[in-house]
Amino acid sequence: MLLGPALAVSAVLFTLGVAGVLLRRNAIVIFMCVELMLNAANLAFVALAQRLGTTAGVEAGVRGQVFVFFVMAVAAAEAAVGLAIILAIYRHRETVDLQNINLLKG
Amino acid sequence: MSPTLIVFWGFAGLAIASALFCITRKNPVASALWLVVTLFSLAALFVILDAQFIAVLQVLVYAGAIMVLFLFVIMLLNLGRRGPADLKGPAGLAVGVALGVVLLFQLLAPARAADDPQRQCEALGQAAPLACLGLPDSVLAAMPQDAMARLQEQEGMVGAVARPLFQTYLLPFEITSVLLLAAIVGAVVLAKRKL
Repeated sequence: MLLGPALAVSAVLFTLGVAGVLLRRNAIVIFMCVELMLNAANLAFVALAQRLGTTAGVEAGVRGQVFVFFVMAVAAAEAAVGLAIILAIYRHRETVDLQNINLLKG
Repeated sequence: MSPTLIVFWGFAGLAIASALFCITRKNPVASALWLVVTLFSLAALFVILDAQFIAVLQVLVYAGAIMVLFLFVIMLLNLGRRGPADLKGPAGLAVGVALGVVLLFQLLAPARAADDPQRQCEALGQAAPLACLGLPDSVLAAMPQDAMARLQEQEGMVGAVARPLFQTYLLPFEITSVLLLAAIVGAVVLAKRKL
């Protein structure tokens, strides 16, 4: 019966991730906060999967965990590409401070 | 308070505290190491929530591979020193905190409704598979609580997770391999100076 507490922890972690994205300027730290948000979503998946395993059978419960597996695969791909983009930006502009990366500003 | 609940809140508190440190430390290396603590405590929460295989993956893939990649890039870019003004100014701080509080209350609503079937049914409509999540506490307590734990004893979580992965979700699984290939090629192309 941990569904409520687990969803609450997941909500707090997701909010901390969003706050980090909004408050920080370092591109790599922002990227880490995105990973934090993905992990909060994973926690919600696992908690709901456990409740489904109790009420709707273990097959339904295990499927929730399969989705966590997919989220992890996507997160790994995202980390590789995102860090490569940050490397490429650093090579051009010698900084990862988002304050100085404002090409889209008119 | 049951021992499980005490352990749960212990690791939950550790996860939230280290996440807080992660977003407030000025030094990116300190941020990354606090994030590793968060990921480890989340792995412990996964074990408590009967997801042993996912917990192992969390330690191996997240705390191991992905965070090493982050630390490697921080080292490569020589960002290990404390930045001049990494946090945004007072205006940005106010907007960020305000948006964060609003979001937190939005996200906490389903958590509060989780053990309140009446409100949950109102929130979800009458969708059958989801409505059963909000069974009253009396009905829920009468159900065997250890269905997932018994599954773990019988055949282990690896086999239990592998079966739907390679049967029901075979096509998404194969598409994931294409995604990873695209990510590898993209990362090499972006990071290489000259092809």
